[in-house]
Amino acid sequence: MYRLKRQFLAGPYLLWVAGFILLPLAFILYYAFTTDGGGFTLSQITAIADPVHVKSLLLSLKLGFFCTVVCLLLAYPLCLILSRFHFRHQSFVVFLFILPMWMNFMLRILAWRLLLSNSGLINSLFELVGIGRVKMLNTQLSVVFGMVYDFLPFMVLPIYNSMARINKDVVEAAKDLGANSLTVLVKIVIPLTLSGIISGIIMVFVPALTSFVISDLLGGGKVLLIGNVIEQEFMQGMNWHLGSGLSVVLMVFVIASMALLNIFDKDGGGAAVW
Amino acid sequence: MVKKAVQRVYLAVIFLFLYLPILVLIVLSFNNSKSRVIWGGFTLKWYASCFTDETIMSAFTTTLKITVAAAVLSTLIGTLAAIGIHAMKKRNKAIMLGATNIPLLNADIVTGISMMLLFVRFTNLGFVTVLIAHITFNIPYVILNVLPKLSEAGRSTYEAALDLGASPLYAFYKITWPEIRSGVFSGFLMAVTMSLDDFSITFFTKGAGVNTLSTMLYTELRKGIRPELYALSTILFLLAFCLLLVMNVHSDRTAVAAKRQDAHRHTEMRKPC
Amino acid sequence: MSKKLINFVNITKAFGDNVVLDDLNLYIRENEFITLLGPSGCGKTTTLRILGGFETPDRGQVIFDGKDITALPPNERNLNTVFQKYALFPHMSIAENIAFGLKIKKKSKEYIDDKIRYALKLVNLDGFERRSVDSLSGGQQQRIAIARAIVNEPKVLLLDEPLGALDLKLRQDMQYELIRLKNELGITFVYVTHDQEEALTMSDTIVVMNQGYIQQIGTPEMIYNEPVNAFVADFIGDSNIIDGVMVKDRVVSILGTKIPCVDEGFGCNRPVDVVIRPEDVEIVKPEDGFMEGDITSVIFKGVHYEIEILANGFEWLVHTTQLYTVGAHVGIYVIPFNIQIMNKPESEDEEAVETDL
Repeated sequence: MYRLKRQFLAGPYLLWVAGFILLPLAFILYYAFTTDGGGFTLSQITAIADPVHVKSLLLSLKLGFFCTVVCLLLAYPLCLILSRFHFRHQSFVVFLFILPMWMNFMLRILAWRLLLSNSGLINSLFELVGIGRVKMLNTQLSVVFGMVYDFLPFMVLPIYNSMARINKDVVEAAKDLGANSLTVLVKIVIPLTLSGIISGIIMVFVPALTSFVISDLLGGGKVLLIGNVIEQEFMQGMNWHLGSGLSVVLMVFVIASMALLNIFDKDGGGAAVW
Repeated sequence: MVKKAVQRVYLAVIFLFLYLPILVLIVLSFNNSKSRVIWGGFTLKWYASCFTDETIMSAFTTTLKITVAAAVLSTLIGTLAAIGIHAMKKRNKAIMLGATNIPLLNADIVTGISMMLLFVRFTNLGFVTVLIAHITFNIPYVILNVLPKLSEAGRSTYEAALDLGASPLYAFYKITWPEIRSGVFSGFLMAVTMSLDDFSITFFTKGAGVNTLSTMLYTELRKGIRPELYALSTILFLLAFCLLLVMNVHSDRTAVAAKRQDAHRHTEMRKPC
Repeated sequence: MSKKLINFVNITKAFGDNVVLDDLNLYIRENEFITLLGPSGCGKTTTLRILGGFETPDRGQVIFDGKDITALPPNERNLNTVFQKYALFPHMSIAENIAFGLKIKKKSKEYIDDKIRYALKLVNLDGFERRSVDSLSGGQQQRIAIARAIVNEPKVLLLDEPLGALDLKLRQDMQYELIRLKNELGITFVYVTHDQEEALTMSDTIVVMNQGYIQQIGTPEMIYNEPVNAFVADFIGDSNIIDGVMVKDRVVSILGTKIPCVDEGFGCNRPVDVVIRPEDVEIVKPEDGFMEGDITSVIFKGVHYEIEILANGFEWLVHTTQLYTVGAHVGIYVIPFNIQIMNKPESEDEEAVETDL
């Protein structure tokens, strides 16, 4: 009885989900499959085959992939080191990674623009040590760099959380049975943090695949991602049907990548990030 | 020893990477020159002028209003939802959690666009539509922070309170609330952070008249950023830094107190020997 | 007597200011079932972890089979541990769990499969190879943890309160299993527990520890019948521990009454602890005992009644199979042989224990 009553507390949220999550998705689907006149069409979806769109989609996939790999390679050793520190509070680690978000995202990316520019601090340093100035800004590299910077916390936190949950006894048991540090890492720690790794990959790959602001700010208009194409269709071209069609295609890619990853995630711990 | 040193260097590099741009912005906020590359001497004038600039102040107050309102409302709806979801049977629970994951995992650009398509059909874009959008993407963070606390607490303590004659409201206040308080709080904090930092979704749902700091910055990028914005952002950042630091020290103290109590209990347990 | 396999020499270990082990010396013989027994915080688990290689002592050495292994990491020691909470690998099947150590040693597949079958048979879980860890009960998980350890053919098996998480009935069954295993394998078992019944049932040797010191080492019978001090007496089974004065040889004064005993050599008028087991106290007619008192409580315990008698200001604990009624006026008698006389503890640490009682 009480249980039934308590379920009703989710009522407002249920309405919210219906009104502001599901209904908008229905709208975008409607736009994606209709023409201006309201007739049914598949042309907004098939428009992805347009060479410009294909190119930007492939570029998005490529940069998203690199960004995810770099984040994973940076984050995993970082988490291994952090998990050895005995913070009195686990939330302190979360704190360290969340805090930068309080400095406006746009300004932080702008700061990187200053740092990476031809006359910026990093190039000055390069010149000082004799490497010479390297053109970094407005390249695919700088876009990936900015993505890694912005999304790294979303790789670190789920992995760190899953690592903190590993029972210390299990690691000791493995050592007791003759495993050296490398074997413990490969056979015990990595398999047990797999759900965190997968959460992290999703949390990084999806925004990287769909980002349009970072490519705008650090790519200098030269790196056209599928997100930029969609944004332009909505904000400049005013072709909402085409924008919706491309968005739906993007969503399909997002869902497909998640489904692919979920095959590896036996625990189904998927998005338990925080 | 060498391994330790390598680890420390690695940590330092990563945190330098995370905090270097922030350092640059803070330095720029004290720069007397309007140029972003030339150091023109130390000044505090941007800190004074940022509070008198009308466009900046208007964007700032809009940001604050939206952040606070969205965080409060999403915490309320999200906490109630978490309690409701916790009481559900497995299947319904899975469905609700699936729905919760949509805005979390979906691309920001798709979330923003789909909401815009809905809003323009029924109303004009403006403050309210931005607020609704923010609440929508904030709620999942609240739910995902509160649910684990509810699971930790279990159902039996609440039912025990009812069994002892407490009204549901009293039982919630006395039993459930203390157990989930920290989760609600961190959910609220996440909501504030996400609202403050959001650009994409605000960008699509804001309409012409309304600007938050993020969207204003985006339009100003072309003309060049006014140094006042560095000053204002620095203030916001330092405020958050102090706030979070105080909270961390506070929770550290309570953790220490709890540990002491534990130790005390431990010695009591040892007494019979 | 078999040879000494393990030798702890002057082991000292502190965590911060907390000295857990203070100059501990202990040897363990080959094929012995030795139990480290004591309350939580007595240092028994730390001793085991030092042997397993999970802690390094601040001072002292661990000698294993003639070699100093103090600094050897756990994966290079020829012994295996059964952990308190099993510590099975949750992402592996039962077979993979058991094969873990053998795969590291690069044994052949046939050898490993044979070993798995043999080990599962040994712990009475034949056919569990493909099951997942969380489909097993606590008792089953513990058996798998044992199987996982013994397939590596360690010379010594370390068991850290392995039955602590199990319920009473299962615990008793597992005790017999462990004794059987020990006999079949013919290896040394080092067992840590705070449960005196477990220790008495299974061990060849019991080491009673308290606050980082060894209090007594001996066979279960020795420890039970002849505890060396009040701590051991109290920790092993129930006891009446009474302040007394040794008047002269064979006469001790307790609670204002002089009674005969069999102990000699304590000197004259020396304060002592007098320990009397509850099953040794006889309830007799008031005039036949050396003391009179009133029964204050009677509790049925299944095999016997637990009776409390207030006599001369002391609550006597008595175990008897006969039923008495609360309020009855009775006499108390103990035959001289069953009265244990002990010196008062001398060291400060033991004193601390004494006041805790």
